[in-house]
Amino acid sequence: MSQSPALSVKNLRKTIGKKDIIKGISFDLYPGEVFGFLGPNGAGKTTTIRMIVGLIKPSSGTVLIGGKNIQTHFGDAMKDLGCIVENPELYPYLTGWENLEHFARMDSSIPLKRLYEVVDLVDMGNRIHDRVGTYSLGMRQRLGIAQALLGNPKLLILDEPTNGLDPAGIREMREFIRFLAEKEKLCVMVSSHLLSEIQLMCDRVAIISKGSIIRVDSVHALLAEQERVVWKAEPQEKAESLLREVTNVTRSEEFLITLYDESQIGNWNRMLVTAGVEVKEMRTKLPALEDLFLELTGGEHIE
Amino acid sequence: MNKLVHNELLKLFRKRRLFVIILIIAALVPLFTYAQYQEVKTTREKLGNVDWRTQLQQEIVDTQNRLSSSRMQDDWRKYLKIRLAQQQYYLDHNINPQAPGAPTFMRVFVENSIDLLLPLLVMVVAADLVSSEASGGTIKLLLTRPVKRWRILLSKYLALILSVSFIVTASAVLSYGISGVVFGYGGWGMPLLTGFSTSGEELVTNNVHLIPQWQYILMEFGLVWFVCLVVGTLTFMLSVLLRSTAAVMGIMLAALIAGAILSNMVSSWESAKYLFMVNLSLTDYISGMATPIEGMSLGFSLIVLLVWAIAGLVVSFTVFTKKDVY
Ligand SMILES: Nc1ncnc2c1ncn2[C@@H]1O[C@H](COP(=O)(O)OP(=O)(O)O)[C@@H](O)[C@H]1O
Ligand SMILES: [Mg+2]
Repeated sequence: MSQSPALSVKNLRKTIGKKDIIKGISFDLYPGEVFGFLGPNGAGKTTTIRMIVGLIKPSSGTVLIGGKNIQTHFGDAMKDLGCIVENPELYPYLTGWENLEHFARMDSSIPLKRLYEVVDLVDMGNRIHDRVGTYSLGMRQRLGIAQALLGNPKLLILDEPTNGLDPAGIREMREFIRFLAEKEKLCVMVSSHLLSEIQLMCDRVAIISKGSIIRVDSVHALLAEQERVVWKAEPQEKAESLLREVTNVTRSEEFLITLYDESQIGNWNRMLVTAGVEVKEMRTKLPALEDLFLELTGGEHIE
Repeated sequence: MNKLVHNELLKLFRKRRLFVIILIIAALVPLFTYAQYQEVKTTREKLGNVDWRTQLQQEIVDTQNRLSSSRMQDDWRKYLKIRLAQQQYYLDHNINPQAPGAPTFMRVFVENSIDLLLPLLVMVVAADLVSSEASGGTIKLLLTRPVKRWRILLSKYLALILSVSFIVTASAVLSYGISGVVFGYGGWGMPLLTGFSTSGEELVTNNVHLIPQWQYILMEFGLVWFVCLVVGTLTFMLSVLLRSTAAVMGIMLAALIAGAILSNMVSSWESAKYLFMVNLSLTDYISGMATPIEGMSLGFSLIVLLVWAIAGLVVSFTVFTKKDVY
């Protein structure tokens, strides 16, 4: 990509006490992309995000937001950033609108008109004038995003934004994040511990485990490599021996599992059918995050 | 910065902190007014039917007699002369020194609330100024906006100064307004004795002089404001250091109450005079009450309090601008 990065993280480390929480991680994010930050609980996602947004000081390493170093040019860097770290916590005794006004007052470049825009954008409607204490988690999440978008940031960081939402809410959130990246040309960084979620909304993903990034790649490439096809066929022995001639096969109870190869999969199916094998079921399957880690790290377990 | 202070005041206001404090003062003042009223009534009953003017006249004659007796130390003579002038003023202006007006009530009220009541009320405001943002998680939003951390803390401190001023003003207005219903609103010009100091066991009366009550009250409220600001600043520091508002209040409450107790029993523990909480009763220096520990004076207490407050501010700002926020 030729654009300059919206966020550039270089060799970030954090040591708390004697414990190395983040062990030197680097990655770049570009405008218009949704970047997944994937790792199991306790991997260091939130700690990394806290360092990026300036809440905690890195033990070493630099963070550039839109090319501006957050240590030396805090104000300028923060103008380009909107974030929700962990839960969307706002003042429960103020209304949604008053919360937005509160944060708008902290940046004189935000005009009043922008408040109406963000309320529209997150579709809060009349509830914006109710006290935040009466909001559901979904509403608070939206208000949190409205707040984050107030300053017209180029970079939006959301820490596990779908945590605790119901399936409809998760879906809405996903579509909204895609919308922000595609239509508003924002760069969105989303952390998650669910591979399925990252798969559905991200362009690229960094996988973090125990404070180190073990892989940064496009979601497409990662899936192409990791996605499997599960077969259920009768008779199983015949199907297995036929498939073994063209690819690797593992057996798991009544299922056969092969790699997912988009260009070949149709051929394999035709081959089985012409040989008289009845294909009863055929579906793609993502490896569980645990399996993915096993493969990527070569047998290292998640604690 | 105005906008930041606006934010802080809005939050204070919407949390109804100041409102509750006004309610507390408004509930306590009538209580004290009634107590004072009862006391005045009892003294009056003790005097029986004697008119207070006759009584005062008698006192003046007594003082004059004592002054005319030859063998008397100079400073004592001077003191008695001032007393005499005061009594004469009462008589001339038809002021019954035993029947206080609202200004007198105000004065007694601040003198008695300077070391505990008002500092406690200030503490209620200051305790969660920062800690509530930490425990509520909103600090993460405050600190990720394009505003430097020290500016955010300064806006909170300015809001605290305004709140302290508000509380002190409100207690003045309420104590005057409410007690005046019973005692009447006059008495601003009444002369009062001040300028006492202590040396060893003795009360030094060398510098005693008369000032009108309004000036006396103004001085006392100035001192109350200062004491409240110091207590507020120290609470503010704890609020920066601790996430739990309850812990902040607990520590501060313990300190203030310890101060009230210590003041009565530390006369031989000399270094206790450097603790901020035994230095809170600044108004005692004006009215000439004995100090808890020898060698304490108004200047000394002001400096001790100032040093504590400055240290509190330095700690607050250093910690807040550097700390990792989880
Ligand atoms: N304040 C802290 N002190 C010590 N260890 C911490 C602190 N905060 C987080 N950790 C540790 O750092 C690791 C990463 O935590 P976190 O970044 O919250 O993970 P994630 O967000 O990926 O679930 C965890 O093992 C956690 O125990
Ligand atoms: Mg986390």
